[in-house]
Amino acid sequence: MNADLRRIVDVAPLVQSGALSPVTLVRACLARIDARPETNAFITRLDAVALADALACEREIRAGRYRGPLHGIPVSVKDLIDVAGVQTTSGSAQPALEPTVDAPVIARLRDAGAIIIGKTNLHEFAFGTTSEESAFGPVRNPHDPGRSAGGSSGGSAAALATGMCFGALGTDTGGSVRIPSAACGTVGLKPAGGEISCEGVVPLSTSLDHVGPMARSVADVALLFDALTGRPPRLPERGPAESSRLVFGVPRPYFCDRVDAGVAQALARSCTALAAAGHTILDLAIAHAEWTPDVYLHIVLPEASHYHARWLERSPSLYSPGVRVRLEMGRYLLAEDYVRAMRVRRALTAAVDRALDRCDVLLLPTLPIAAPVLGASTVEVNGAVEPIRAAMLRLTQLFNITGHPALALPAPHDVDALPRGIQLVAQHHQTARLLEIGCTVEACLG
Amino acid sequence: MSARIDAWLAAACADAERRGLPELKPLLESLARSTIGLRAAEAQLDDRMASASPAADRANPGAATS
Repeated sequence: MNADLRRIVDVAPLVQSGALSPVTLVRACLARIDARPETNAFITRLDAVALADALACEREIRAGRYRGPLHGIPVSVKDLIDVAGVQTTSGSAQPALEPTVDAPVIARLRDAGAIIIGKTNLHEFAFGTTSEESAFGPVRNPHDPGRSAGGSSGGSAAALATGMCFGALGTDTGGSVRIPSAACGTVGLKPAGGEISCEGVVPLSTSLDHVGPMARSVADVALLFDALTGRPPRLPERGPAESSRLVFGVPRPYFCDRVDAGVAQALARSCTALAAAGHTILDLAIAHAEWTPDVYLHIVLPEASHYHARWLERSPSLYSPGVRVRLEMGRYLLAEDYVRAMRVRRALTAAVDRALDRCDVLLLPTLPIAAPVLGASTVEVNGAVEPIRAAMLRLTQLFNITGHPALALPAPHDVDALPRGIQLVAQHHQTARLLEIGCTVEACLG
Repeated sequence: MSARIDAWLAAACADAERRGLPELKPLLESLARSTIGLRAAEAQLDDRMASASPAADRANPGAATS
């Protein structure tokens, strides 16, 4: 298969015309999985089922029953999401779930004709940002196997970056779609809160969890988003749909204070390219953004502990040590502080709304650092040392708290060979427009 | 650190020790610092509301005890 065919939007017309068989696509993806075992991206491979599904797709298409641009396209699924007949391990040594029905998001992908190629590795129970704490071993970054792929959807991003699939499903509670996308140089969407069903997905924090599509281009993510929200996916008719002059609001305080040189350069180059294309870059601030980590912690900890309470009693030793202590922390938090966090959450949501009143989208970095070295517990950014987890969540978790849709995509820099990413954030109910603007930005950045 | 959070932290650390989870203690100390931050954030919200309306405190009766 032609190595240039990396995007769904490029492959789909060939599949529709019969020039490219879904069987060939699946075989190519399986060969890529075989070729990069060090990434440890997959927990469960579904080779035989995927090949059989591909053959069925090929016959359907040949018979004139083409379903759309996801028909015959191999996708991977984070192993936190139920696929009928396949264990859901959550990356844990705790007993796996044995689902008999697909999660609604899987059913929608299947309806669109997508082929589930396997289930990807993750940070155990999605409760971490590095995908190191997994009962199936750490996910390694395809750009440097000594580094994390980000997390918690690390296997999904690593699989995309290496061509093991064309699309992927991840979940994002504090940045778990966007962080690995930035670390691996791929694209990921955290939709608006409640926009994509979380039914059939092992929860981490029910009020912060989002399921999100991941791919190698914004247009591909848009196709997956359409399918996941029940709209028929359509190929873009021509280049970027958004041609008007846009205003990009860059929240400098808090979000740009402590980033590494590569991230600073990636953001600066993005702003320069967008300004050169006639768009406006507007510096602004999100009021009280510094409250974000405290609010996040007081929501995620008790909600996670609530779901895991019975296993913390029955089989605590089956958790990774780091995941177990984080879950245990939530059991000590006072109910009144959870309620406080929910109250301050509303104030943060209003603050993001106010910032978005001044621009079309927010533009900010996704991760303040490059993918961290595996095993590291702290990172130094501009002379300040902070815990890896806090650093990795710092720029993404606000939009889980507020529910605004956020799109992560790669941005250019030449500081080193590791990817860096930017994030676009839109008003609620504007995810489709966010994706259109994302296509414009992607085209501007080359 | 307010007295209430000190007391909460001491009780939580003692319980973690009793349960054989001493590794929780530094995390609980970190959580206590975060809780102080959260309460300070809420206090700022209350100050803002109070300056906007003399009746605002009644909308958040819990704030008075924190």
